[in-house]
Amino acid sequence: MEFVDYYKILELKSDASDEDVKKAYRRLARKFHPDLNPNDQAAKRKFQEINEANQVLSDPEKRKKYDTYGKDWKHAEEYEKAGHRPGAGRQAGAQGQPFGSGGDFSGGDFSDFFASMFGGEAQGRRSAVKFRGQDVQAELHLELKDVYTTQKQTLTVNGKNIRLTIPAGVENGQTIKISGHGGPGANGGPPGDLYITFSIANHSRFKREGNDLYTHADLDLYTAVLGGEVTLDSFDGQVKVMIKPETASGMKVKLKGKGFPVYKQENKFGDLYVTLEIKIPTNLSEKEKELFGELSKIRSHGK
Amino acid sequence: MENESLISLQEISTRYEVEISFLHSLADYGLVEITEVEATHYVKDQHLKDLEKMIRLHYDLDINMAGIDAIGHLLQRMDTLHDELMVLKNRLRRYEGD
Repeated sequence: MEFVDYYKILELKSDASDEDVKKAYRRLARKFHPDLNPNDQAAKRKFQEINEANQVLSDPEKRKKYDTYGKDWKHAEEYEKAGHRPGAGRQAGAQGQPFGSGGDFSGGDFSDFFASMFGGEAQGRRSAVKFRGQDVQAELHLELKDVYTTQKQTLTVNGKNIRLTIPAGVENGQTIKISGHGGPGANGGPPGDLYITFSIANHSRFKREGNDLYTHADLDLYTAVLGGEVTLDSFDGQVKVMIKPETASGMKVKLKGKGFPVYKQENKFGDLYVTLEIKIPTNLSEKEKELFGELSKIRSHGK
Repeated sequence: MENESLISLQEISTRYEVEISFLHSLADYGLVEITEVEATHYVKDQHLKDLEKMIRLHYDLDINMAGIDAIGHLLQRMDTLHDELMVLKNRLRRYEGD
């Protein structure tokens, strides 16, 4: 655990007045407040530091204790024993964190240093749930193959099991809202909402762009030249395709309806584009070389 | 469709320690919708989240009504841009890691 320099965080000198602290807090909070920096974890962390610094420096008793024992925080306990009000419990304001990043703005996440000196109590104007429960942000990590079909998962959030249907075709980075499954409300207020953001990794041979899939396939020289039927891999099986004679390398074959499922549209799929790469035969036998030689003579050179 | 329930301005004023006049000012700026039922004013519970944000902006950050309005527009714009960025990032993934 490290000493936290609250004056430095608020860009203040140690003799700053209460008004200076207030001004510095508001100036920095307007820059880093999570309400003004949605989806920015770095700003959120910075705001938590600013908020914590303000909690200490704007409270005369906390500030006095910090100024006296700050750098020598390990002895702060003796200060408590000397007759000062003990910390009001050690329960930090953070919500139970389900799977990934934690709750929305709470102002209740404090450093170990703060918890050690002040018992983790949060006394900010908006630091505790007063009515509506907190929103909870969570990230669900899936593989591309997981979202090819609709599936049901049971997630445990804040100790409650939620049966979640993940529709096929959900996008990487897409967020869904589950109303009423965030933190509990207080004083009869409604619960917050749960927001789940999908992080979809792709370790398949297929690239996804929207509902379409893209992949490469090898094509033997003879089928490319003469045409014929080949079997290509689709995302969930194989497809037979007729290749036209004189197909060039790099040619794209479009397989309609063989792409990725369209989100929330039953039995509707995007397309699959397969780029064909002609494989030149290697380790030719003498006979093959002779025949290729014959072929090259038939064609006028370079034309 | 989500179930709607109404929260009285009095309840909001008590729970969030804000003046009722502040809530009416928000309504005057078109920032929150107030519903009147039998001479009592309410806010729909699905607007509570936005209302909480406006309360924080005003009371914690000292931002006035015009500022809250402007920030609301900018946040909407950021939200749209964030969605567009995600779509573009997903498109870029097609060209990465080959």
